[in-house]
Amino acid sequence: MNSNITRRAALAGLGGALALPAIRPAFAQGAPIKVGVLHSLSGTMAISETALRDTVLMMVEDQNKKGGVMGRRLEAVVVDPASNWPLFAEKARELLAVSKCDVVFGCWTSVSRKSVLPVFEELNGLLFYPVQYEGEEQSKNVFYTGAAPNQQAIPAVEYLMGKDGGEAKRIALLGTDYVYPRTTNRILRAYLNSKGIADADIMEEYTPFGHSDWQGIVSRVKRFAGEGKKTAIVSTINGDANVPFYRELGNQGIKAEDIPCVAFSVGEEELAGIDTKPLVGHLAAWNYFMSVEGAPNTAFKKMWADYIKSDKRVTNDPMEATYTGFRMWVQAVEKAKSTGVDAVREAMYGQKIMAPCGYEEVMGTNHHLSKPVMIGEVMENGQFNIVYKTPNAIPAENWSPFIPENKNRRG
Amino acid sequence: MEKRAAGQPAARTIMTRILPLLLVLLFALPAAAQDAFLDALPGLAGGFGTQAEAVERLGAGGDARALPVLRALSDSTLRKNGSTVILPDGTDAATGRPADTAGAETVRINNRVRSALRGALGRLQLVSAHADERYAAADSVFRSRSADNVAPLEAAIARESVPRVKERQQLALAASRLVAADAAVKRQGIATLGEASSEDARALLLEARAANPDMTAEIDRAVASIDSRLTFKRAAETLFQGLSLGSVLLLAALGLAITFGVMGVINMAHGEFVMLGAYTTFVVQEACRGIPWLLPWSLPLSVPAAFLVAGLAGTALERGLIRHLYGRPLETLLMTFGVGMILQQAVRLAFGAQNREVLSPAWMQGILSLPGGINITQNRLWVIVFSLLVLGLTLAAIRLTRFGLEMRAVVQNRRTAATMGIRTGRVDALTFAFGSGLAGMAGVALSQIDNVSPNLGTGYIIDSFMVVVFGGVGSLIGTLVGAMGLGVLNKVIEPWAGAVLAKVAVLVIIMLFIQRRPRGLFALKGRAAEA
Repeated sequence: MNSNITRRAALAGLGGALALPAIRPAFAQGAPIKVGVLHSLSGTMAISETALRDTVLMMVEDQNKKGGVMGRRLEAVVVDPASNWPLFAEKARELLAVSKCDVVFGCWTSVSRKSVLPVFEELNGLLFYPVQYEGEEQSKNVFYTGAAPNQQAIPAVEYLMGKDGGEAKRIALLGTDYVYPRTTNRILRAYLNSKGIADADIMEEYTPFGHSDWQGIVSRVKRFAGEGKKTAIVSTINGDANVPFYRELGNQGIKAEDIPCVAFSVGEEELAGIDTKPLVGHLAAWNYFMSVEGAPNTAFKKMWADYIKSDKRVTNDPMEATYTGFRMWVQAVEKAKSTGVDAVREAMYGQKIMAPCGYEEVMGTNHHLSKPVMIGEVMENGQFNIVYKTPNAIPAENWSPFIPENKNRRG
Repeated sequence: MEKRAAGQPAARTIMTRILPLLLVLLFALPAAAQDAFLDALPGLAGGFGTQAEAVERLGAGGDARALPVLRALSDSTLRKNGSTVILPDGTDAATGRPADTAGAETVRINNRVRSALRGALGRLQLVSAHADERYAAADSVFRSRSADNVAPLEAAIARESVPRVKERQQLALAASRLVAADAAVKRQGIATLGEASSEDARALLLEARAANPDMTAEIDRAVASIDSRLTFKRAAETLFQGLSLGSVLLLAALGLAITFGVMGVINMAHGEFVMLGAYTTFVVQEACRGIPWLLPWSLPLSVPAAFLVAGLAGTALERGLIRHLYGRPLETLLMTFGVGMILQQAVRLAFGAQNREVLSPAWMQGILSLPGGINITQNRLWVIVFSLLVLGLTLAAIRLTRFGLEMRAVVQNRRTAATMGIRTGRVDALTFAFGSGLAGMAGVALSQIDNVSPNLGTGYIIDSFMVVVFGGVGSLIGTLVGAMGLGVLNKVIEPWAGAVLAKVAVLVIIMLFIQRRPRGLFALKGRAAEA
């Protein structure tokens, strides 16, 4: 009996001690708000998605320090869909139906987003998707905080064809074989045709995920460039296949001055595993670079360095889009005074935020963010030298005018 | 004497008349050059367009002081403060005096400036004292497409003594003549370029074709002559790429040819042993980082280390699990598949999900140019050499050593071998360790051409089984021929079908082949085949 009491007392003391730090920001009554995190922590996409999980966890921690949302604490629910597209749908269902998440941040590849879309629509969930993509989609259950093609792909090709980009007249479109590169390249081909570049001057090649033998393709690009017109590469290669691709470019001596390569899925995080010296001058198009100057980005970088406890880890565009999406969701919940999906959706329209990229971004009724376009050249230290940026944030055109069958869905 | 004395006044008057003129000329020339230099300099602190223009003017001026400025600009060590351009040593590039460096920022350039810079630097370095720099300079001038380069190049060629540099300079001269105003000079350029055998020369000629409609016939002839040589070169390069892919397949499959081919164990964790080898390379490299003289040798050091690590892992797997499942292929398959996943996740937990960077030593980077203009990448060449070495060592180990003899004896007839006093269990363990060790060595080579990530091995497991089955189970020569054959076949199909379809086509061809010859290319005959 005696010993029982002391054990109970000890337990109570222990429980109290554990609960103490959590109590510090005084939370009002109410269950915690659940934030789902649906990013691959293993498999081929782990290289890119792991940092996004950390970003969401950082934002949750930060928001809880500020006292939560509407006085309620936030609680993150992390699952690992393991770069396995059908598993994404299962895990999404688990987050919505079992864990009852009020909002989910997740997905990288378009194929994973397409896989979870029916689940979110069926259970009326709310997904924030933070990566640039091919467009041609708009769901009432998804907010897209990455770029649409007119905010990334088209301006980048425009730059290559301009004076500063080297006036390219022949374009090699290289991509990984799935929906994002194929749709983007379809849009780009229509755009190039409209600018007077014939199909004979466009080369298009696809490779599987994780492709590592690039010798054949790179030497075919060299041959393609040997037709007497300035040539440029537009790369929609995704995931870690980029590392051997850039290594082959370097080994075969393709310099940015001769054949510049602009990439849509290569950021600071992806360059971290490559020797960047042979790549100086190759380009990337994004809406944010870690090298952006200004107070919002300085604060964002400091927040990340403090959270991850390392000054070596980089920030990148999808992390910034996650950050922006999270802040907007908090604003929308506070405006709606509810976490109900329908109320938050209405409150999201027109939300404004000063994003780390240094521009004020607005959420449109088409569920897409307005964003500035930036083009950077790779520097020796793995960062980007910003050589072009638009003066304003550009509204998204998720239905591209270059895809004829979806043209009439715009507006 | 007298005559001379008489002539002196006349000479003196001429001298007094000419001297000022000479003096003026002496000072005026550098002064003009200096002015051009000083005029162009502030442009470097401007926008990209202004920068490119300034770089071109500095290159054309030929002033010796432009060289350090342009070099610093190219290394991104040049700084600016307002319109003052500051050299890396902190001096003002215009005056040579120490400059105010407070608030100075690095001058940033883009591709447009970089290509102007390459031409300008090339032109200034044509007279460099080092042959390698002159060679690179000729290459840069070749690409800069400017008729102003004709005179400096002619002068450089007259002075040049190194044949390979001279050859480059002549090509560069031809390229510069191609854009000259004079038609005869242009024709000279076309003729010289027509004798070259490079894609670059072809590109330049086609570019000129659009600009000179009157010379179409000559240019077409020159291009056709280049093309005839390029056909051979392209075929050679395709063959090399095929052999290179084949060598990768061979390396990945060799270990499997022992564990699956000889022992009959379906080891789905084989790819993970390759991955362990690659991570061992990374660990050895990190360990060598502290000792500068050892760092270039970290890659050769990794070979035995990876063999040991993967071999030990293999021994543990064989002794701990597989030996209990001999003769039950389905259970072995499922169990090793699970072990593979455990190994992957363990490595991911230990090293993180991010790829690890394994550096390539300098001797493995860049291109090796063979006669005939055939370019092959160094790292791929070394992988081919390495794969053949490993194959040779494996053959030697099986044919010439006592371990090999015992291994063959146990495979042919386990019972008889046991009665002869061979400890068959120990031989099994050693054989499996040997096969796994080979996989580890493959990992060292793959770290040079693929990503060192936890899922490195999964990409190779199917290919490895494919090669072993195609070549003939149990035959190492079959594995060699199978790997090289599939590699070349893949690369021959790729240009027509694309990378994805080429792989599908190869798989279909193998399926059809296995239908006809279920035992593969080099089927074992006789009693061993029945066992």
